[in-house]
Amino acid sequence: MSVGAARLGPSPRGDKIRGTGFYVVLLVCVSVGFVLLGALLIDVIRKGVGYLDPVLFTEPNSTNPEKAGAGPAILGTIYMMFLLLVMVVPLGVGTAIYLEEYANRERWYNRLLEINIQNLAAVPSIVYGILGLAFLVRGLGLGRVLLAGALILTLLVLPTVIVASREAIRAVPDSIRQGAYALGATQWQVVARQVLPAAIPGIATGSILALARAIGETAPLLLVGALTYVVVNPTLLGSFTALPVQIYQWITRPQDEFRLLAAAGIMVLLAILLTMNAFAIWLRNRYQRRW
Amino acid sequence: MAAHDTTVGAKPVPLRLRAEKRRWGEVVVKGALALCAMVSVATTLGIVIALLEPSIEFFREVSVVDFFSGDRWAPLFTPASFGVQPLLAGTLLVTFWACFVALPLGLGAAIYLSEYARPRVRRIIKPALEVLAGIPTVVFGFFALTFFTPLLQDIGVEVNTFNVLSAGLVMGVMLLPIVASISEDAMSAVPQELRDGAYGLGATRLQVSTRIVVPAAVSGIVASYVLAISRAIGETMIVLIAAGGLAQITADPREQAQTMTAFIGATGLGDVPTGSIEYKTIFAVGLTLFVITFAMNIISIRLVRKFREVYE
Repeated sequence: MSVGAARLGPSPRGDKIRGTGFYVVLLVCVSVGFVLLGALLIDVIRKGVGYLDPVLFTEPNSTNPEKAGAGPAILGTIYMMFLLLVMVVPLGVGTAIYLEEYANRERWYNRLLEINIQNLAAVPSIVYGILGLAFLVRGLGLGRVLLAGALILTLLVLPTVIVASREAIRAVPDSIRQGAYALGATQWQVVARQVLPAAIPGIATGSILALARAIGETAPLLLVGALTYVVVNPTLLGSFTALPVQIYQWITRPQDEFRLLAAAGIMVLLAILLTMNAFAIWLRNRYQRRW
Repeated sequence: MAAHDTTVGAKPVPLRLRAEKRRWGEVVVKGALALCAMVSVATTLGIVIALLEPSIEFFREVSVVDFFSGDRWAPLFTPASFGVQPLLAGTLLVTFWACFVALPLGLGAAIYLSEYARPRVRRIIKPALEVLAGIPTVVFGFFALTFFTPLLQDIGVEVNTFNVLSAGLVMGVMLLPIVASISEDAMSAVPQELRDGAYGLGATRLQVSTRIVVPAAVSGIVASYVLAISRAIGETMIVLIAAGGLAQITADPREQAQTMTAFIGATGLGDVPTGSIEYKTIFAVGLTLFVITFAMNIISIRLVRKFREVYE
């Protein structure tokens, strides 16, 4: 009886050498990412710790690195976070509910909707910036304002929130819905009083992670006019900047001190992101229901 | 609801199982939710219109042939030259070096996580990879410019201050978690019976990983590759910061080069007058970029569907 094409005959020592060699190669593959991550964090901390002081948080940008700070930028990022929360979560959850509970999958327009969302997730972030530039800044005449930046970031992370919300809604077992229908509930009552409350932990986790991604985006904001030299605190319809953009501007300055200042800004940004991610994971672990 | 008349001998009245009258609240709710869903459709339409309109105007002034066949990109010079090939070459070169790192190393990491790692190790490494993936690109750009480039120079590689190699390699490490994560999901989906059968025949772990698991998971792995390539093409900040702003056709990664995304970023930052030809270049290059990534997304979906293994 032939054993087929695989040469599985015994060659113990050759196998052992190849096996160990392969294992080492795999370990290298895994470590490269972490070695770089470690180098990055150590480098950023070493460069930035000297500039980590109250000036960084309160003062606006300046041509003098000793006096420059990221106050308006940090405020801009925080304002945008709240705007995003208010805009993207209802839109994303609403779309997810529609797709999961109301849409008839057989219909062509619903299938198109799903494909559309998939495609939007693959569009480069700078194209969203172009969209913002064309429609919001110049088209609607909004100008280079905070609201435009927030709107564009909303559209950018909307697919992520939709996908996360759909997963959370899908995880709710059908028996819950059937039970509610059997008791005479309408479709909206089932969704609003049974499905949604059960899916909230998953939705919340997904939304926070999406928000964290949006906070770190720079490219679309560059096009929508997060001016890199802003000295006044941002308002909804005024010129604005955000922390990643401020960091970028500092990196491009010729003086070396600005590079160190950028590292300090990066530390603040990473701290914000780390807090958000940790919070999201804590939420998931604490409130996740196992059906 | 119409009830049965339960008197013995009475004729059964047919049960009407439909609600008596429409609940208009439900219709309103469904409409509102559908409206939410329309936002995504509006976004796509908006992107297409935003890109097409100025591009059409652009291509009235610059012929499409000149755009794609010209090898000099100098829109702000006089006389201006609008050959997009340097930008395409820049994007291609950076993407190559990014994939040179991300594709093999990502697959290796996935194989390790899926076939070799103990559960405790997995529980540490998977979240750590998520952390790597969550770092903003501007931070990677900073790292490439201020740490990696000097490092390369220190070990003797003569790179320009702005160079493609630094940006490409760092971008590759940024993309590694994506490849690893998706490939590992694909490999986890391979049923254990396939592995056990091979082990039962006396295969080594190396043989099982490379001859059984990877071929079975190839559709997911290819999907992760295409996604990584797509992300590399569309990535802006790392190249904007570390790869330079000189649009030139070169195959030498130690030189600087400008990618499509870096050009759009750099031009969008400046104050170009609305309606000018320079303003329209943003959209023409943006359209090219969008079409390329869109095509890759379609290819990815097709490939995944073609090679997907269906298990019992």
